[in-house]
Amino acid sequence: MIWLTWRQFRPQAIAAACALAAVAIVLVATRPGLSAGYTAAGLSACHAHCATAASIFLDRVGNFDKFLDFAGVLLIIVAPALMGLFWGAPLIAREVADGTHRIAWNQSVTRTRWTIVKLGLVGLAAIATAGLLSLIVTWWTSPIDAASLAGGSAQAATGGNGVHVTFNGFAEARLDPVIFDARGVAPLGYAALAFALGVTAGVLLRRTLPAMAVTLVAFVAIQVLMPNFIRPHLLPPAHITTPLSTQHGQVNTNAGTGITDIQLTGSFNQPGAWVLSDVVITPSGAQPSDIVVTPAGPEFTVLPRACTPTPGSAFNPVPCRETLAAMHLRQSITYQPASRFWPLQWIETGIYLLLAAGLGGVCVWQVRRRRTP
Amino acid sequence: MTNAIPAIEARGLGKRYGHRWALADCTLAIPAGHVVGLVGPNGAGKTTLISLATGMLAPTTGTIEVLGGLPASDPGQLARVGYVAQDTPTYAGLSVADHLRLGAHLNPRWDAGLARRRIEQLGLDPKQKAARLSGGQRAQLALTLALAKRPELLILDEPIASLDPVARREFLQALMRVTAEQELNVVMSSHLVADLERVADYLVVLVDSRVRITGEVDDLLATHHLLTGPRRQAASLPDSQQVITESHTGRQSTFLVRSTEPVIDPAWTVEEVSLEDLMLAYMGHASGSPQGQRLEVRQ
Repeated sequence: MIWLTWRQFRPQAIAAACALAAVAIVLVATRPGLSAGYTAAGLSACHAHCATAASIFLDRVGNFDKFLDFAGVLLIIVAPALMGLFWGAPLIAREVADGTHRIAWNQSVTRTRWTIVKLGLVGLAAIATAGLLSLIVTWWTSPIDAASLAGGSAQAATGGNGVHVTFNGFAEARLDPVIFDARGVAPLGYAALAFALGVTAGVLLRRTLPAMAVTLVAFVAIQVLMPNFIRPHLLPPAHITTPLSTQHGQVNTNAGTGITDIQLTGSFNQPGAWVLSDVVITPSGAQPSDIVVTPAGPEFTVLPRACTPTPGSAFNPVPCRETLAAMHLRQSITYQPASRFWPLQWIETGIYLLLAAGLGGVCVWQVRRRRTP
Repeated sequence: MTNAIPAIEARGLGKRYGHRWALADCTLAIPAGHVVGLVGPNGAGKTTLISLATGMLAPTTGTIEVLGGLPASDPGQLARVGYVAQDTPTYAGLSVADHLRLGAHLNPRWDAGLARRRIEQLGLDPKQKAARLSGGQRAQLALTLALAKRPELLILDEPIASLDPVARREFLQALMRVTAEQELNVVMSSHLVADLERVADYLVVLVDSRVRITGEVDDLLATHHLLTGPRRQAASLPDSQQVITESHTGRQSTFLVRSTEPVIDPAWTVEEVSLEDLMLAYMGHASGSPQGQRLEVRQ
């Protein structure tokens, strides 16, 4: 049974091996440049307060490396779906559609064993492929991830509250929902589930193309639901309320027209944290509707009256600051700290593996039910 | 191969799809040591019965045992039954040699010598992909796979329906040669009566999802007679003569009757029936249940 499974899987295995090799060659070839930049920025020798060095490094990352970083994320997110579609869905559906299951099920091997061996071997291949891909990409991108964790940010959108560490759009903290999906062990779970979804859809629908369509829709739905609704609660989120004072804030004035901009800065500074909610509240707990929280910090959409310049007269910032101080604003943040990365990775991977195993059980049960002449 | 355990034994066997019974109330015991022809029009339930016998389907009602065991229940049972499915499927992407390797890996009793000899005799190129074989060659490959497994019972579902006459004859010759050599039980379905007539020594006739008649060919031929004589009603025949079909002209009546006793009425011209006529009579104008009770006469 192992021989037959391998013989049938061989073309896909060769294709996957070639793709992996191509990715590995590109990443191994470009990684020394990235490491050199990391060392040159002084980050290898830095053990505390490395945000500045990290920012210097991230500023210097070249465009091609930025592209590779992005492509790596994309590849790891797409690969499990591809394996679900092209390895999972046809695994049994194609046998039933071609009638070859009537050969397979009449050799001296029970259907249960046939299903388990096929599911197990090709499933392990899918998991291993995702694992190798994640390993290579995580290794390649580790200087960028480390710099991000050290608090660095490229072309510093400084003056922010330190919560959102943005790197000019090419990389973010690894707890960021998109980056999280493309790092560590989670891709192994995704591959297992996508594959199991494909096989199950194939067993139930018995035709490859509809099974592929259902697999894609189901997997995308799960991958959207997970980071938005489930992952935030896998571990109880941390919560912090910090005062926002005008001392920390930045009031930009223009001599002619008065205040152009009020930006408040909280004291929350946790590089790499995943912020789930970030609101400004008054002492009564109300959320002023004229303050929005931007990546750079809370901002007024409508300036308080004291801060509104009077046409014709010189602007006096003092009453404005006093008014702001009297509002006793606070920032209320719910977040997952950066240290939760690995616990969340393991929990999520475990959930996906369990779901995949459950679907595998459904496949075995359905094939045993004997309803396909 | 004469032992007490029947090749196939079914009791009250039925299979329903939605509201339609593909096979209903099937009770039969096919003794071992025969080449069994399973015959019936398209849609009569032949494939359903075979699917139940190979364990591809689970019955809705009743039970079926093959060589004394539940179909496909364990590797040992699977090893005892060879199956050539309808349209003789093969793995399109695998070569002839790969199919033999598949058989060798999946069957403990695999006879590699037999498989190799047959492929040589057939003149098949082991490196050829199954997708590029002709229909006849694919059927032969499927038969080779089933035979080299060294089964005790070989089940074939319309293996030659889609073949041209030459390939059909070659397939049947190969099958007859092997059954003679190996003392193999064979159950083969076909709606092509003439083909079964050449190989079968036992018949099961299925019509409208039900078993019409079963028995050894010699017995069936000896107990069926074609009677021609002056016009009479079927009811006037003695009880020992079961009417299968009847036809009447102005003065003459023709009856196909089943009777274990010789027909001695001098009014009749008694003729033997050919197996083909016999099967066609049951398939076209069935009037009896396998137990032999008279139910109805249809014209």
